[in-house]
Order: sequence, then structure tokens, then C-alpha cells
Amino acid sequence: MSAPTLSTARSTIGSFTPELFASHLASVAELPAWWLERKQAAYEKFAALPLPVRTDESWRFSNISTLSLEGFALRLPEKVTEPAFSIPTAAGLTFVNNVAVAVDSVRARFNLPSGVIVCTLGEAAFKHPELLKAHFMAQPQKLGSKKFASLHQAFVRDGAFIYVPRGVELTAPILITHIASGEGSAVFPHTLVIAEENSKVTVVDLFVSADASAQFACGANDLYAGHGAQLTYAGAQVWSRETLSFQFNSTVVRRDARVQSLNLHVGARQARHESLSQLQAPGAFSEMLALTVASLKQEFDQRTLQIHQAPNTKSDLLYKNALRDQAKTIFSGLIIVDADAQKTDAYQSNRNLMLSEDAEANSLPGLEIQANDVRCTHGATSSRIDPEQEFYLQSRGIAKEMADELLTFGFFEEVLSRLESEPLHDALHSVIKAQFSK
Amino acid sequence: MANIETLVSEPELATENPVSGIDQSRGDFSYDVKYAFDAGTGLNAATVDYISSVKKEAPWIREFRHKALKIFESKPMPTHWATKDLENIDFSKIRYYLSQGQKPKRTWDEVPDDIKKTFERLGIPEQERKFLAGVEAQFDSEAAYSNIKDIVAKQGVIFVNSTEGLREHPEIFRKFFGKVIPTGDNKFSALNSAVFSGGSFIYVPKGVKVAQPLQAYFRINAENFGQFERTLIIADEGAEVTYMEGCTAPKFSTSTLHSAVVELVALKGAKIQYITVQNWANNVFNLVTKRGVAHEEAEIKWIDCNIGSRLTMKYPGVVLKGRKARGEVISIALANDGQHQDTGAKMIHAADETTSNIVAKSISVGQGRSTYRGVVHIPKHLKGCKNNTECDALLINSNSRTDTYPAISVRGDRNYVQHEASVSRVNEEMIFYMQQRGLTEGQAMSLAVNGFINDLARQFPMEYSVELKRLIDLEMEGSVG
Repeated sequence: MSAPTLSTARSTIGSFTPELFASHLASVAELPAWWLERKQAAYEKFAALPLPVRTDESWRFSNISTLSLEGFALRLPEKVTEPAFSIPTAAGLTFVNNVAVAVDSVRARFNLPSGVIVCTLGEAAFKHPELLKAHFMAQPQKLGSKKFASLHQAFVRDGAFIYVPRGVELTAPILITHIASGEGSAVFPHTLVIAEENSKVTVVDLFVSADASAQFACGANDLYAGHGAQLTYAGAQVWSRETLSFQFNSTVVRRDARVQSLNLHVGARQARHESLSQLQAPGAFSEMLALTVASLKQEFDQRTLQIHQAPNTKSDLLYKNALRDQAKTIFSGLIIVDADAQKTDAYQSNRNLMLSEDAEANSLPGLEIQANDVRCTHGATSSRIDPEQEFYLQSRGIAKEMADELLTFGFFEEVLSRLESEPLHDALHSVIKAQFSK
Repeated sequence: MANIETLVSEPELATENPVSGIDQSRGDFSYDVKYAFDAGTGLNAATVDYISSVKKEAPWIREFRHKALKIFESKPMPTHWATKDLENIDFSKIRYYLSQGQKPKRTWDEVPDDIKKTFERLGIPEQERKFLAGVEAQFDSEAAYSNIKDIVAKQGVIFVNSTEGLREHPEIFRKFFGKVIPTGDNKFSALNSAVFSGGSFIYVPKGVKVAQPLQAYFRINAENFGQFERTLIIADEGAEVTYMEGCTAPKFSTSTLHSAVVELVALKGAKIQYITVQNWANNVFNLVTKRGVAHEEAEIKWIDCNIGSRLTMKYPGVVLKGRKARGEVISIALANDGQHQDTGAKMIHAADETTSNIVAKSISVGQGRSTYRGVVHIPKHLKGCKNNTECDALLINSNSRTDTYPAISVRGDRNYVQHEASVSRVNEEMIFYMQQRGLTEGQAMSLAVNGFINDLARQFPMEYSVELKRLIDLEMEGSVG
């Protein structure tokens, strides 16, 4: 092989060289063999797959040139102050630069019903290997990021493992905090939630940077809602404004189960978020919600897939973006109704609130329907608010900045109000509000 | 209600009595026609030279064709987003040029008997033919019949085929030819640019409003013969014109290819309406590029109906170049077994206060697949632009398929865009009610489908909407039960 080919090959892996991977493997040598094997396979896949190119349909409208993987490193955890996110919790775990901090002292404070497990993935690998094997990154990657999902799987060091047994209901949320600290720090957050038959649980992922430096985040979560389970998931992404972020959501909804997920995006320089919902049995319902405040030159690239694999399933997606400054958003959604998924009820909506004349919103709301007895609709709108409402605000002497904030909250409330938990609603509200005072 | 019986009549009946309707077997016929010029099969530089020589073209057109051929050869098939079915086109087995070597005819008497016979099979009655004086019928590559020209010529309208247009009126057509759709726009526009023949070149002078719609019928009438017509319509300031094209094609066992390029230019305040009823045989690849440029306060409206073909890929577009320009696409697609209607619209806003509207309705029958693909683009620093898009899909059978892939890009806070789509099936109660009234399930389904598209079909000229209704009735036969 000639030298130029080699250098091209290297650029597709960036900082994530075989040497770095070898040192990572050495640092997690205590993990079970099956996991290490999966890591090895994932790394090979990551290295072999090309970076996205302009003609990839699943990267349409995305800025490909800024996806460079150069300049990142695995950093040791540092002492950081926990971010303010005040909600009463049933349990919580915090990870700094991929490592769980003070697990034992935190665990002492948990007051969980018997059978509920909240531990690290590392712990689960030994204590609950079968559950972990069955659910950890077990779902297909269908939204264009096989390469980055493989990168995640290769380098994921730890994460949260949550298991709620049959019939158990947790009222307070479980809060998982993922912190990236230091220049160039690469983090691979992971949260896995298994809600068994007729259980009920709320899990919150909080993604924050300890400083304003450029970091790399490549996270994933696996949500599984068993027969009749009710699972609520909220993710708040508040990485530094210089961070390159990837996040992969996978949701499996079984018979009569209900999953509500809400992802709030405010951080990162460029954030790609992929969310897959599989409705696998009759009565399954997936509600997919997202709110984005896009400011400065941020790019938020959201790709979703609702797959109806069984009859009588329902999905409802509502993604709202507020666009300021020179920000750019992409929403690409697809509803697939399999041939035998009759009586499907699927909805998909993307609303863009344009708050600046330089902002850019791209919508690709798609449908692929192979059953005829269905109710499927989708919609997309992009506009500023009604000029009359704006005139009203101005006539009251409200400045543009303030008006934008008011409009955004008015616009977002439709989504926020769907959360059952009021403290969670208020905590997310505060995260959004902080964006406007910056 | 009384004429339900005739609408669902047997094909043989229609053939015996052409007055009762358009050929119900949908052009399932062909005649042995002696072609005076035949470029053979396959495509290379010699084919292009041959076509150019036969047409006695100016050197710049020959050069244009050669350049296009290179672009066509260099471009890959767009299968990274389009259907893999495209790979089944064998370009080496296609005839790229056929002509009977006739000059376009002026009167009915001059039209050869065998062509008249074909018309008869199409079901156009003798009296109606005379009435439909504006029919410009393209027999394979060249216009074979035309006399509306005499009427519109008095208004200064130029209505000729592409060869004549480029040869006789280069000062008018050259300026816009290949400008709305550049050769390299896509693989198939490049192909057309290399081998085009036939089609209509129309110029409507300032302020002239053409009362009669200009019409052309296109057919493919030779096995493996691709038809590559090229149409360019220029409406000068304040002019108004409606153009209609419809087509039926003989059925053949091997696939044929139709790849047209249609360019429209509506100058300040002009209006162009372009109506298509496409009913190619089910073995035809129909890969067409259609786009118009609307200048200040101009209006371009595409009314596009696709019923036939194996695969149609067609997304009529409007570039809204001048302030307050308007663009509209009304699209109806019907996909039956073995068919894929991949249609849609493109609206490119390029000036303030431009508005666009897209209404697309599709019906999938049996294993048919209909796809809506759309682009709405509103770039930076425009204000007061509006787009409205509605797509509705109707699925008849449990194995019917529909897809929707819109792409909407908006910049800035002074524009308004909305897109809505829905997928549904025929209301069972409605069918039940109609059956109670004595209709068969098939007839009831037919009525329901016609009702679904009725508000769009009404926008077609009368004879087209009648034809459309009959075609839908025919397609719905045997779709239920």
C-alpha cells in the first residue's frame, strides 16, 4: 500500500487510532471476554467504515466537512463541580470523562424498591450479564451513523444500567449525569434502561461540559419497555459550544407499553442526534419529543425513524426548533409501516421557529407505508410567528431579545407540558432559559 | 350516475365504438411503420453525429449534443436515492432516433393513412378530430400533424418542433435553450440533450393571450425506441398560454425509455400552464425533467397526471426568479401492479414575495408503489416568500405502498412554509353505502377514487378530465374482491 492511501485511511479514524484503542482496552481489561470481543469487532468496523460523504442521503444537508475526528483524547476524570439540575431523584449516577464517581457513597443514599437495579455497566457486566447482552446496543443502526455508533461501542467505558422489575413503579426520576472535562476530552456516555412488565420509571440523562473547551461526545442509550411498561426518558444536552456531539437513541416498545422521550438540545458546535423507535407489538405507543435552541453557528442534525412492526401501534413525534443567529437545523424523519402493521396510527411533525434572518431550517419528513389500513400524517412548518402577535409584543415595549425568549417559551410549552413531572418540566425550562441570558 | 355502465364498459366495446371513449385497451397496439431514418441501437458519438446530420443542424447544436453525451456518460445512475430499477435500463439496446422523414403536416388530408388509423385506435372520433384542430401529434420523433399553427400564427405565435425552432428561429430560442435545465442537471437531461428530437418550441409574443390550449400527443411506436422530445416554451411579457400533452404507447415485451426535457420561460407578468396526462405502457421508463423560470409577477403552473409507465421519475419545478412570481404544481399519480410512480415537485424561491403551492395526490392499487419527492428551497435574505405543500396518498389494497420524501430548506425569519401529508384508505362506510345503492364494489371503489382526486381533476380541460376518469375506472377494475 502506498503512503497517500495510508494517510487517507488515518484521517477517517482521526484521533481514534489503533494505539489509542489498545490503551483503552488495557484500561478495561477486567471486563468480561464477550464484551472485549464486541469492542474489538466494533473498533474494526469503525476503522473500516468511511466518513459520511456529501451524496449520502442520510447526511443530506449536514455539514460533512466539520466532522473531523482529529484532536481528541481519552482524559482521566478530574474533580468537577456537579451541574445544577434540581429535581428530586430516586437515584443517580455521575460519570466524569467516562468514569463513574463516588458510586458507593451515592448508592448509600438510594432508597429504591427491592429488585430495582441502578448500577454501572461495568458492574452489570458481572452481575447481570444476560440482561446486558440482550439489550446493550442490540438494536440495528439504521440512521446513517454506523461508523460513529461503532466508535461508541469500541470506546464505551462505562455508563448507567437501570433495571425496573415487573410491576414496580418509581415516582421520582433517576438522574444520570455525564460530564466531559478538559480540552479535547472524548466521552462515550451510555444509559441502558430496562422497564419490565407493567413497571413505571423516569430516567433523565444530563450531558454537560465542565469547561468551555472543544470536546468530543459520542453517546448512546438503549430503552426497553416491556409488556405494559411506562417509560419516560428525558435527555438534556448541554455540552460546551465547541463540542462535536453524536447521540444515538434506541427505543423498543413491547405490547401495550408506552415510552415518552424528550430530548432537549442546546449545547455543542455540531450535534447529530439519531433516534430509532421500534413498535414491536400491538398496543405499543411511542411519543418522541424534542426541543432545540439553536444559537450562533450551531448545527443540530436530528434524524428519526418510527418503525411500526405490528398492528395497532401508535407513534407521535413532535420536534420543535427555535433558530437564532446563524444557526442551522436539520430534521429528517421517517415513518415506516410494515406490510402487516394494519391499524397503525403514526404522526410526525417538525416545527421551526425562525428568530433570525440568517438561520436555516431543513426539514425532511418522510413516510414509507406498506399497509393500507393506517392513519399516517406528517407536517412541517418553518416561519416566524404571526406578525400580529409580534406587533402586539412590540407595542407593549418588549425588546426583540425578550420577545424572542417569550416566543420560544410559548412555542416550546406545547412540548414541555406533555411531561408529567413538574420538577422535570421546570428543570428543563431553566436549561432553556439559561440560553437566552448568554 | 346513469353513465356508470359506459364508464366501466369492456375494452372490446370501446374499440368497436370509438365514439364512446378513448381506446380502453390503453394503446395496446402497434403498426409496422417503415422508418426512413434509423440511427440503429446503442449510443455513441456516431449516433449523435447521425442525428445531427439528418436534422441538418447548425454546428453549435452538434457541439451541444456531443458535450451532453460526454456528461451523460460521466454521470452515475442516481441510485443512491432513486430506485434500483433504473439499473435495468440497457442503454445499448435502445434506438435513439427514428423518423419517417416527413415534414410536419399542415392539413388533415396530408396525414398518412396509417397514422390516421392509429388515431382511430386511440379512439378519437372523426368529427372530434376535426374539432380538436389544435392537436399536434408527434408520431415517434417528428411532428406528423399540426394545424393550430395557422390560427395562432396570426397572433404572432411561433409553434414548431425543436428542429425547426432551432433552425428557423435561433434568435428567439437559442437564448433560453438549455438554460432552464442545464445539460448537466441530471443524467437523463444530459441524455436528452445528446439525442433530442421532436417536441414543441413555442414563442408567445408580448401581451398575446392564446385562447386555445396548444396540444400535442406523443406516442412511442417502435420496440426499444426511446423518445427524447425537447420542449421549450417562452411566454413574453404579459403573454398567456396553455400547453397540453398526453400520451399512450403500444405495449412491448422489452423495456422502452422515454426521457424528455421541458423548459418553460415566463417573462414579466406572463402565465404558462402546462398539462400532462401520461399513460405510457407498463414497460416504459419515463424519466423526465421539467422546469420553468418565472420572472417578476409571472406564473407557471404544472398540472401533471401519471397513470402509465413502469417507472416514472418526474418532479416538475419552478424557479421563482422575479419578485411576486408564483409557481404551482398539481400532481395526480396512480400506481398499479408493477408500477412505480415517483413524482413530485420542486419550488426554488429566488426572489422576495414569491409564492408556491404544491398539491399532490397519489393512489396505489394492488402492489403499485407511489412516491412523492419534493424540494422547497428558500435561500438567505429573502422575505415574504410562502410555500404550501399538501400530499395525500390513498392505498387501495393491503399490499399497496406509498412513500413521501419532501425536503424543505428555509432561511430567515420572514418567510412562511408549511407541509402536510396524509395517508389513508377508502372509507368502508362509503363503499358500503354505494353498494346499497346497487353499485358493484368495483364501481363504488372507482367512484371513491375519482372523488379523492376530483378537486384536482377539475383543473384539467374537459376532454382530459373525461379521459382521466375513464383511465381511473379502467385501473380500478379488478382491484377489489
